[in-house]
Amino acid sequence: MKVTYVRPGHEDEIVEVEDGTTVMQAAVSNGITEIVAECGGTLACATCHVYVSEDDLDRVGEIGPDEEEMLDFTASPREDGSRLSCQIAMSAELDGLVVRVPPEQY
Amino acid sequence: MDPSTIVVVGAGQAGCQAAASLRERRYGGRLVLVGAESHLPYQRPPLSKGHVTGQVQRDTLWLHPASFYQHQDIELYLAETVDEIDRDGRRVRLGSGETLPYDHLVLALGARNRPLTVAGAELDGVVALRTLDEADSLRERLAAATNVVIVGGGFIGMEIAATAAKLGRAATVIEVADRLMGRVLSTQTSKFLLGAHRSRGLNIGLGTSVSRIEGRDGVVSAVHTSDGRQLPADLVIVGIGAVPNVELAAAAGLKVDNGIVVDEYLRTEDPDISAVGDCVSCPSRFAGGLPVRLESVQNATGQPRSLAVRLAGGEPAPYDAVPWFWSDQADLKLQIAGLIAGHGSTALRGSLEGERFSVFCFDEGGALIGVESVNSPSDHMVARRLIQSGVPVTREQILDPELDLRALALGKVGKPSTATH
Repeated sequence: MKVTYVRPGHEDEIVEVEDGTTVMQAAVSNGITEIVAECGGTLACATCHVYVSEDDLDRVGEIGPDEEEMLDFTASPREDGSRLSCQIAMSAELDGLVVRVPPEQY
Repeated sequence: MDPSTIVVVGAGQAGCQAAASLRERRYGGRLVLVGAESHLPYQRPPLSKGHVTGQVQRDTLWLHPASFYQHQDIELYLAETVDEIDRDGRRVRLGSGETLPYDHLVLALGARNRPLTVAGAELDGVVALRTLDEADSLRERLAAATNVVIVGGGFIGMEIAATAAKLGRAATVIEVADRLMGRVLSTQTSKFLLGAHRSRGLNIGLGTSVSRIEGRDGVVSAVHTSDGRQLPADLVIVGIGAVPNVELAAAAGLKVDNGIVVDEYLRTEDPDISAVGDCVSCPSRFAGGLPVRLESVQNATGQPRSLAVRLAGGEPAPYDAVPWFWSDQADLKLQIAGLIAGHGSTALRGSLEGERFSVFCFDEGGALIGVESVNSPSDHMVARRLIQSGVPVTREQILDPELDLRALALGKVGKPSTATH
């Protein structure tokens, strides 16, 4: 399955991701450094912020309570599609997901 | 301002961040990253937690894929040490004998575990944890162990102890101080964690130390404590703090005082040498302007990012990020913002019984200097923002359950309320 990362100042990056891998981890493993993920995915830092495209919002699932709180403190403004990418695990239903990477993470 | 060769010594979180940030800041010269371990630069925090339980896959530990270093034109020297700095000649001598010239040298030498020096510490089965190789070995040993004794009730000790308990091992923590994580936590949070860990099945002995370790055929069999107990043990994990790796700098004549001494621009006294991460002692306004040495991911990434701006020819700014820390212990997410040393009063928000609260720590003058949060990530994010910005907040405000902390930190609440409650 694939995830597309829309990166400011770069070409879009389309990454092949295994089932269960988070959108954060796939970014880090593929050198998409705008996903900082300082805490390694433990919901401690809010530096793996992404904007999920409107079309995909329904299928990425609910925002968890801790994630909800953290999202108010991202370095780039929170928008409707804001998510922490460490909380989105890939599955067949998410194939073709498009996320936009914000300009600032810290 | 754009030196033609920068050598970064140390490929842990700080050194790796220095190299990555230099390229991000468009530093265009030669860039060499020298690391003593044979692995690609990796994250250490999971080593005491998910890596040991097998929840974290090994290939998710790398900070960047191997291709990153090629694409960024970062020359990665792995399994290589720097044995000497020739400051006059501006070059370093590697363990392999090769010499590397530099125009600027970045020391990111990290820290090493403080060794346990009691009789029996050399026995098989007495281990420490810092590197990935040690973590791999610990994982195997934990899988086979029955009785685990953890020496030291600090972050690492408690994370490992909680992990061992999670794996169903009988785990006992021995802490010499009269409370857990006493160097970094308020009494209140420390006391809470003691109760929380005990209720989850950990045996914790405070105010006691290891007097000697007993073995059979060269393998550990028991730990003897200063209060006269004998604890059966087939695995002893030592987590009694770390000491900064300063020897290379000291041998080169650089000033060392609980770390390599740098100013707030991360400069040593040699204009061609900077230092970052666990190995440095750097003045911080969050410590009243005093020098502090911090062992944290945030410090190991924040300092190099700040340094990279200066080395890449940008407008130098003093390093000025509020320190923060996290520690996941069992299902307890502990997050700390700021530095609480020397705090006076505290104020609690949330519920100790519900295991979801924050302890706000104020200095003698009443200013908020640190916040410890348990299972309260929003409080932590609020705290970081409040402390970083210096937005005045009083103890009375914090104690007011009506106060919307998030709104305050986000600037949606006006001046401190003078309402009385």
